[in-house]
Formats: sequence, structure tokens, C-alpha cells
Amino acid sequence: MRDRISKALKGHNAEYVEIRLEESQGTQIRYRGRELEETGRTSDLGGNVRALAGGGWGFVSFNGLDELPDRVAQAVSHARLVGGERISLTQVEPHQETVAPEIGKDPRGISIGEKKRVLDEYIDIIWSTPGIQTSTLGYGDRYRKVTFANSEGSYIEQEKVDVTVGISAMARDGGDVQQAGLSVGSMGDFSVTQTLHDDVREVATRAGELLKAPQVKGGEYTVVLDPILAGVFIHEAFGHLSEADHVYESDRLTEIMVLGRRFGGPHLNVVDGGAIPGLRGSYKYDDEGTPATRTTLIREGELVGRLHSRETAAKMGETPSGNARAISYRFPPIVRMTNTLIEPGSGTLQDLIADVKEGVYARNWYGGMTSMEMFTFSAREAYMIRDGKVAELLRPVMLSGNLFTTLENLDAIAGDLDMNQGGGCGNGGQSPLPVSNGSPHIRIQKCLVGGT
Amino acid sequence: MLDRALKVAPEAEVFHVVTRETPAIFEANRLKMLETRETAGVALRLIKDGRLGFAVTTNMEDIGGLVDNAVELAAFGAATCLELPAHTEPPPVAVYDPAIEKISVDDMVHLGQSLIDGIRATSSELLFEGRVSKTVSTISLLNSRGGEVTYTKGVFGVGMEAMLVRGEDMLFVGEHESSCHPISDTTAIRESIEEQLELAKTVVEPVTGSLPVIFTPHGVAGTLLGPLLAGFNGRNIVQGSSPLVGRLGETIIDQRISIWDDPTIPYVPGSSTTDDEGVPSRRKALIERGVASSFLYDLQTACQAGVTSTGNGSRSLGSLPAPSASVLVIDEGDVSYADMISDVKDGIIVERLLGAGQGNVLAGDFNANVLLGYRISNGKPSGRVKNTMISGNAYQALNNLAAVGSQARWLGGSLKTPALYCRGISVAARS
Repeated sequence: MRDRISKALKGHNAEYVEIRLEESQGTQIRYRGRELEETGRTSDLGGNVRALAGGGWGFVSFNGLDELPDRVAQAVSHARLVGGERISLTQVEPHQETVAPEIGKDPRGISIGEKKRVLDEYIDIIWSTPGIQTSTLGYGDRYRKVTFANSEGSYIEQEKVDVTVGISAMARDGGDVQQAGLSVGSMGDFSVTQTLHDDVREVATRAGELLKAPQVKGGEYTVVLDPILAGVFIHEAFGHLSEADHVYESDRLTEIMVLGRRFGGPHLNVVDGGAIPGLRGSYKYDDEGTPATRTTLIREGELVGRLHSRETAAKMGETPSGNARAISYRFPPIVRMTNTLIEPGSGTLQDLIADVKEGVYARNWYGGMTSMEMFTFSAREAYMIRDGKVAELLRPVMLSGNLFTTLENLDAIAGDLDMNQGGGCGNGGQSPLPVSNGSPHIRIQKCLVGGT
Repeated sequence: MLDRALKVAPEAEVFHVVTRETPAIFEANRLKMLETRETAGVALRLIKDGRLGFAVTTNMEDIGGLVDNAVELAAFGAATCLELPAHTEPPPVAVYDPAIEKISVDDMVHLGQSLIDGIRATSSELLFEGRVSKTVSTISLLNSRGGEVTYTKGVFGVGMEAMLVRGEDMLFVGEHESSCHPISDTTAIRESIEEQLELAKTVVEPVTGSLPVIFTPHGVAGTLLGPLLAGFNGRNIVQGSSPLVGRLGETIIDQRISIWDDPTIPYVPGSSTTDDEGVPSRRKALIERGVASSFLYDLQTACQAGVTSTGNGSRSLGSLPAPSASVLVIDEGDVSYADMISDVKDGIIVERLLGAGQGNVLAGDFNANVLLGYRISNGKPSGRVKNTMISGNAYQALNNLAAVGSQARWLGGSLKTPALYCRGISVAARS
């Protein structure tokens, strides 16, 4: 295969050509209620060619790996049709490497029967909890081998295994339905799915309790976020605007996101990096063959870095950070986050809530979205804070903020960093991309909470 | 492949998809990339000892592995009572216009570029991104009871979004259209974007309280429809998690609302001659004059519920079918959009949402940031509201209905709806 790829990369008359081939196998198991709803196995084989010629990009994706030279010719001819002003790429040293996967307990070595036995235990726990109306449980594992080669001489093979579990329990009282849930994931280790018994029990119990919980009254609150939700917060509130492809074509956004600008207090430090090891967003090379790095985005409240592909780095005159990622061979790489986190300060949850007379303590994530300036994120679990103590359970809350004020209002960061590995990120139709994010407990003043 | 599968299982179905998609991608007001995406794959579903096995591959050289995988999984698969449909004569539903093949890449590029240039002629600070694309797919379905369907669908789409940054204020406006016919006239897209720009020209003080809210067609799609449809999904009915269980025939919302699921409308991208399990397409009311009339079932949920499939089995290549709406049509009412607005003393218009669908959708709840919305003061739109959230319950909102718009419009290829004007929606804002 290496010879065929090398041959196809020759004599194309383009400024740059890359070929990315991918082979993947996955297993999905899904329950609805007590019953299995779906067990499936997916096997995928395909590739793409991306070419830069005459200033434009051409991209071709396909199943079946015959006719590689024709695919290259097609991508180059697409690129020439685009034309226009010159796109350049920052130089990256070509690499040749075969990267062995980091695998703990490999899910591929575990039979479907054994996987089901583990999940059945969680189903039993949920259904032995009083008041449960129904539940969903989804398990997935996916092995990917990606071969990347470009016309500059890079040839990189990388393998990865991704494992995820999502569980949701629903309780019902007449027309009122409430749900609670959890999601976990891992890069290559099935064993994270084997020890969720206590968490599942807690989720099932909470679903019932939510039926009796009140909804928060909408308005501004002092909000304390747990590490999981705070990770989602920093991903949505700030992370997406640090992706250079959102700003590099806009003079105005480039001014707003100028390096050196202050976004928060001196206690705020934010980092992203595929080179942070052992997490779901970790890798050695991105999908353009650029080595992953660890990029400080905010240091002591000041914007000091951003995430780049080779194209955005060239355009902005900055260093490529190895953040060009594609969810599969069907898509060209775009700038994406990897493992994003708020670095720890000091203290505990108790320190953060001690002075709060009335506020909201929000935990665990349901989802989040951003339009860059404004963003929302939602908690699966929320409590009132009253007189410095966590008080009554609330129905799940949705929080909303504004990039320019909410980070400034982030006034306290505890020391208990934890990473959320259960998430996936969507952007440009590519979802869910494995990422992780994390933070210690944080406190935000005047955060908008939706409610009745 | 069906023959091979039938050697190891009594019932089987092969679902084969070939797709060729050609998008012209625009970024920063100009053409950035041309793509061709080809996908070919096959999914095998089989039933053995009353259990479902399922496997899918895009590697056509490994059909043996596909059959082995499906059989192995059937031993641990979902229990089923479903019966694959025998051959029938489904209704003819036109979803392929050969003219779509004749549109050249140059034509597509020109269409997108002139749309961008036309709007920027008067609003030069706008930064556009978007795509003009055509997709041709051939779907083939074959099962062990003689069921057989093959059809080709062509879809042409134009979608553009523009960002306008003033100071630290970011405004996003956009519109999209899709059809099985080639789109050559982008006037409606341009007018919609220009109207959004006009209404959002100034930012006004947001407003808080229990307020009248007008949902534009986009607002209806983004806020009310998802939570409402979840209640009609056969899966949620079978599991008892829908608030509508046992309530067919009851009036659940205002009697001015009728909602149809109709996959037989010609040249609409969501239409097709059968569903993805080979069950013939038909039009049915989900809600007729406020009364819950029909749920949405595929074969599996229909057999679990003891009814017949409504022809709403929907699947992508990679997963088993699941119940889903096909093409939704909400009947028009009798109040013009202008009259709705002039009726509101103090309230908002909701156009686009951010983060909808994150709440307790099953119960009908919605809760979202208003990405694009306008305040109405004394019967007139007065400007854009920001930092605003709306929340509520779709059933309650549609029981507190002030008016149904008199002009429905198509959004993309699977929904046609008028604007809806509701009272007493909770609006929270940060001033």
C-alpha cells in the first residue's frame, strides 16, 4: 500500500497533495428500557485526497482504494477550478512514523457476550430503582487506523481505540417525565465501562427525585460549576473562538482576539493540547501530519495562544499547533480542540460556596453550544446554594453567557482539576469528535440561568 | 448477499446505498474548496431465533465478514416480532429530476458567488460562508419476503450564513433552501437574509417576564417542533416515556393546529416512495385540529405496540431503522405575520435559537438562548434582543396560542410551517 500511495503522490502538478486512508471497525450496543434495541458491527474502509493547486482546495473522498492516481487527478482539477488568491501552508517538517496505539483493556479482545454482561448489570441496577419508567443505555467502541501521506514526504500510520458509554434513566409521574444520566469515555480502555455501578445507582435515584424538584426561577445568579460542567463551559465559552479558522478571515475578529488581550483575572489559565497524554483528545500527529502540542491559550487572564492548522498558521503568521482534525476520511481536516482545561488554583468547593447567600450549584453536563459571542451549556444536575451550603435539588438548568463578560465574571477557581472524557464535539458537520475537557470547581458571578 | 444470509438465518434484508455529493464550499465571501464525496455501503439485517442481527460495511470485498458479524450479533441482538414487508406497488413519488445532473460545477459556483455578491453590494461588512451542493443517491432494498425497492433521489441545496461584527457585537444571519429540482433563483434566500439584517440593525434593551412570543417558521422548527415530535415517536410510545401514551383521540393542543407527516409530496427532499424498510409511503395527520391522531412507527416499534408500521422507518447506512417524521406540514391559519406583530404590545420574535434540545425534550420542554430574536414594542419590531433565554413547554405553549400565521413556508427539505404566535412564554434576560 505504501508504494501505491507514494506513486499516486507523484507527478500531480499541484502545490500540495495529501492522501488519508482509514480502516475502522466498531461495535454498538444499545438498550431501550430493559431490552436490547440494537447490537451492530460496523466496518469501514475508505480514503480521501486533498489538493492545493492554483490557490484553491480540492477534496475527494471515496470507498474502495483502487484508482488512487485518478482520485489525485480529480482533487487537483477541483482545486484548479477554485483558483483565486494564493493559499499557503506553514512549513512542517515531514515525518515518517508508525505510532502504536495506547490501549488499556482492549475492547476488541472482549466478546459481545461479555460486553453485554457488563451492561446488563447497569440495566439491573436502574430497574431495581423505584419509579423508573424507562432508560436508555448506549455503548460504542471504535478502532481506527489512519494512514497519512503527503507530497512533502510525510508517511504516518496511527491507530486509536475510542470507547464510550452513555446512560440515561427516566422517571414519570402522570404527564411529567424527568431524566438523569451520565456519559463516560476512554481512549482505548474498556475497563472504564466496568466500574460505573455506584454512578448508575445515583443517576437512577436522581431521576425519581427530579419529579419532586422545583424548577429554578430564571434570572442572574452566582453559579458554581463542578469540574465536568466547568470543562464544558470553557470549551464552549472560550475554546471555539480560539480555533483560528473562526477568526483568521475576519479583520474585526482578529482585532478582538488579538494576542495580549485580557479575558479574565490573573487566576485564569487555559490550555489545550493533543500532546497531553492518555485522554480522548490525545494523539501524536494531527490529520495534516503536524505533531500535536500543548498550547497555552490564556495565561494569567491574558490571551497568549490559539489553535491552528497549517493554513491558518500561515495566514496569521503564527506557529502551527497540530489541531487540524477530521472525524473521518469523509471530511477534510479543520481546526478543532483536543483536551481543553482550566488549570487548577487552590481550595475546594466549600471555599467557593462559603460566601454565597443565594446561588446555583450546577453539576455534570448535558450539552453545550456556542455562537462565539454567546454560548449556552446545560447541567444534568443542579442545586440551590443557600447561605453557603448546597441546598435543595433543582430540575436540570441551562446556563447562558457572553464571551466578553462571563470569563471576567469567573472570580474563583478551586484546586480539584478533573477531566471529562464523556463528551464529543460537533463543528462543520463533523460530530462527535473525541475530545476531553476539564477544570477544577469554578465560580461565576451574574450568570444567566434559564427557568420559569 | 441475501442468498448467503438466508443460508444462516430465516429472514434477512439488504440495504444498499450509493451516494455522490458535490459541494462547492464558500468561506470569507469566496469559493474556498470543491469537493466530491462518494459513499457506497451495505447494511445487512437478519432475524434468527426471534432476534435481530445487524452489520454494515463499506468494504465490498468483505461480504463474508458482514454476514458472519450479523449472525454472531443476532445471538445477542434485540428480540423482535417484526415481519419484513412483502413486495407491494408503492405510490409513485417523484424525487429525481434529471436536470440536476446537468448543473455544472461552474453553475453552482456562480449561483453561490452571485448570491453573496448581491447581498454584500449593500452590506459590505458581511462575512459569508456556505455551500451550494448537489447530491444524488440510489437506495436499494431487498428482503427475504420478496420486498424490493430501488429508487434514485437528487437533492440540490443552497445554504449561506453571514457574520457581522460591530465592536464586540456579533450577528449571525442565514438562510437555506433545498429541493429535488435544481435551484436557479436565490431571491427568497437573499430577501430572508436582508430582512434579518434589517430587523437586527440596532440592539435594544432585552425584556424579561412572561411574554407574548412570535415564533417565525425557523423559530417554530428550532423551539417547538422537536419537543412536540418526541411525544409522537413510536419508541417513546412503546417505552411509555411519551406524555401522549394512551391519548390518541384526545385534544392535546389548540384546535387551530394540524400537523401532517407526508412523504408523498413530489420533489421534496424528505419524500420517497417507501420508507427505509420498504413500507409504502402515505400521508397521515399527527395532530388534526388539536387532536392527537397518529404516532410514528417503524416495523420494530409497530410490532412492539401491536399496530402496523406507519411507514416512518428511517435509517442512515450505519444504524438500524428507527421511527422518524418524514416531511412535516403544519397547516396555515388566518392571521398575517404583520397583524401578529401589530397585536403585540411588548414581546419578542424568535428567529434562531442556540442550544435548543438540551432540556427535558421528552416532557415537551424547551429552553434555549435566543441567537437571533427581535423585540416588539407597541406593535412594531424595535431591534435585536441579546443575552436572552426562553423556556417553556411545547404543549403548554400551543395551548396558549394567540394565532397561526397565514403563510407557511418550506424550511430545507422536510418541513413546511407558518409562524406561530403564543402567549405567556417565559423570557429571561441579562441586562
